[in-house]
Amino acid sequence: MAALELRGVRKQFGEVVALRGLSLEVASGELVSLLGPSGCGKTTALRIIAGFEHPDGGELLVEGRDVTRIPANRRNMGMVFQAYSLFPNMTARENVEFGLKVRGQDRARRQRRADELLELVGLGGRAGRYPNELSGGQQQRVALARALAIEPAVLLLDEPLSALDAKVRLQLRQEIRDLQKRLGTTTVYVTHDQEEALSISDRVAVMSEGVLEQVGRPAEIYRDPRTPFVAEFVGTMNRLEGKLAGPTSVLVGEAGVPLTVQAGHERAPGEAVLVLIRPESIAVEEAASAAEVDSARARGSLGGRVLAFTFLGPVTRLVLDTDLGPLVADVPSIQALTYASGTLVSLRVDPAGTHLLGAG
Amino acid sequence: MAAVSVAATAPSARGARSRRRPSVWAVFWLVLGALYFLVPLYSVAQFSLEVGPGRYGFHWYAQIFADPQFSSSFLLSLRLALETMAISMVLMVPTVYWVHLKIPRLRPTMDMIAILPFVVPPVALVVGLSGVFDVFPALLSSSQILALMYVILALPFTYRSLDAGMRAIDVKTLTEAAQSVGSSWWRTLLFVIVPNVRSAMLGAMFLTLAIVMGEYTISSLLLYNTFAVYIYYIGNTEAYQAAALAIISFLLTWVAMGGIFLVSRFTGGRQQVQIGATR
Ligand SMILES: Nc1ncnc2c1ncn2[C@@H]1O[C@H](COP(=O)(O)OP(=O)(O)OP(=O)(O)O)[C@@H](O)[C@H]1O
Ligand SMILES: [Mg+2]
Repeated sequence: MAALELRGVRKQFGEVVALRGLSLEVASGELVSLLGPSGCGKTTALRIIAGFEHPDGGELLVEGRDVTRIPANRRNMGMVFQAYSLFPNMTARENVEFGLKVRGQDRARRQRRADELLELVGLGGRAGRYPNELSGGQQQRVALARALAIEPAVLLLDEPLSALDAKVRLQLRQEIRDLQKRLGTTTVYVTHDQEEALSISDRVAVMSEGVLEQVGRPAEIYRDPRTPFVAEFVGTMNRLEGKLAGPTSVLVGEAGVPLTVQAGHERAPGEAVLVLIRPESIAVEEAASAAEVDSARARGSLGGRVLAFTFLGPVTRLVLDTDLGPLVADVPSIQALTYASGTLVSLRVDPAGTHLLGAG
Repeated sequence: MAAVSVAATAPSARGARSRRRPSVWAVFWLVLGALYFLVPLYSVAQFSLEVGPGRYGFHWYAQIFADPQFSSSFLLSLRLALETMAISMVLMVPTVYWVHLKIPRLRPTMDMIAILPFVVPPVALVVGLSGVFDVFPALLSSSQILALMYVILALPFTYRSLDAGMRAIDVKTLTEAAQSVGSSWWRTLLFVIVPNVRSAMLGAMFLTLAIVMGEYTISSLLLYNTFAVYIYYIGNTEAYQAAALAIISFLLTWVAMGGIFLVSRFTGGRQQVQIGATR
């Protein structure tokens, strides 16, 4: 039985339809991310799970029990907000204790528990600090401890790192994941940052305009996107329109440039398709002259020219004008040192790195 | 409150410069402002201490304190002030909280309603409200009715002050954070919201106190001998005693404010003036 289940949840704000029938199952101890662009309904979904909003249709089950009509304060769900959610009049320890006090735990026990949790989130020495004496990252740690203190049925996080700077964000997201695994807390994590979602989730649920596009393990979502939206949203993806000529051959564009693709798809020759290629699946080689590019073509490569490049650390991202049209390719930065705008190149697309979708 | 912390930090950045070389004009305006308040106060104090030509003493003060009407009217007004504060807070804190949380689009309407007591003349208020309170004849014949009217009189100040206080904190997020760990509405209001709008409540109470202690029109219309009515009466009959009374009432009002401040300090825990900085 799923620890948490949404069944056809719908929600509308006036004219705006925020959720159009959202169904999702989260297993016990699992961390599922809701990933999607701004305004796609992630927060709305989370707030419905928490009980802050009521769905217009559908139901919500926790351990198989319908909780759709249970008020927020009796759902036992810990929530971590974007920022500024700590009670300013209470110390870190009092903040963490609050939920236990509500549950009528005696003072000694709840203080011990609060201190334990603050220790767990790395704030052991700062229990007596007030929120305004803590950094943004520390405040979010306290908020996490407060949410975990009540041993929630489900832990809900709404972009908990978005107000922090990049370095803290990377560190804290790993800590959240470690803690979540250690405690085995069923968790729903909302983010619009695909890297964040891919790096900490057991499964990622990609949302767009109030519907789920695809749910799957991070590697699945990345390697095998089921819709053009997911392909585009998760990572960078080249998209080519073409027509299937044989099981492993696509003719790309108006000109019908042949491209070898991976076998194993279920599409018939003649069908219009979208070919998706990750930038890292394109191998690029510098060519000294146009003649050299032509001889590479003769050996089955493609020809092209560098239009622009961006240094990204270990790799450099090239924007190329190629026989297939414009393409984005990632090459090792060492190799790109001599590249300039206009450099001639030959390139090969790794068939294993291609992915076919029906055009439509 | 955000407003407080902004006001407190902005001048201190600039103040660093002016502390080195205080501008002549800054001092001039400061002194002028101070004189505007202090000169009349000083003259009244001097006048109140004059016992005869060139002789000074506390004669008039003693007379005031000996007058039983002084203490009875003062205590009546003080009691009314405390009642007004209590009723205002019990009515308004949950109301303003609810408006902020659930119906924020109603805030402009609330602003309008809260201003009404300013626009309606007190005389009209008395006549109108007497009609309303007619339903409870017992009320009409007791001084409690004044407290009920003062609640309305103080409404603009109470509302504005609480509204500003609630605006300075993230009412919605704090409430939801409290609810998510199991807190009920009432617990959230009492233990999360109230402690964080304490300074706003305090401000509202000070203003209420000042209004009630000085309110004349309604109480004289309804024939109650409140402190303001007593001051007015003395002012029209005894010039020296009136001056002494003015000074006494000035001091008493300050003592009362200090009292409220102390009570709230010792019951309220830690004051957070820097909430604005954490946002
Ligand atoms: N209280 C509300 N009243 C009216 N419309 C709302 C309300 N809450 C959300 N919406 C609308 O519902 C849609 C989904 O909003 P939601 O906040 O769930 O998006 P989101 O995916 O969390 O976006 P973001 O990444 O920007 O936080 C948006 O179009 C938003 O404008
Ligand atoms: Mg959101």
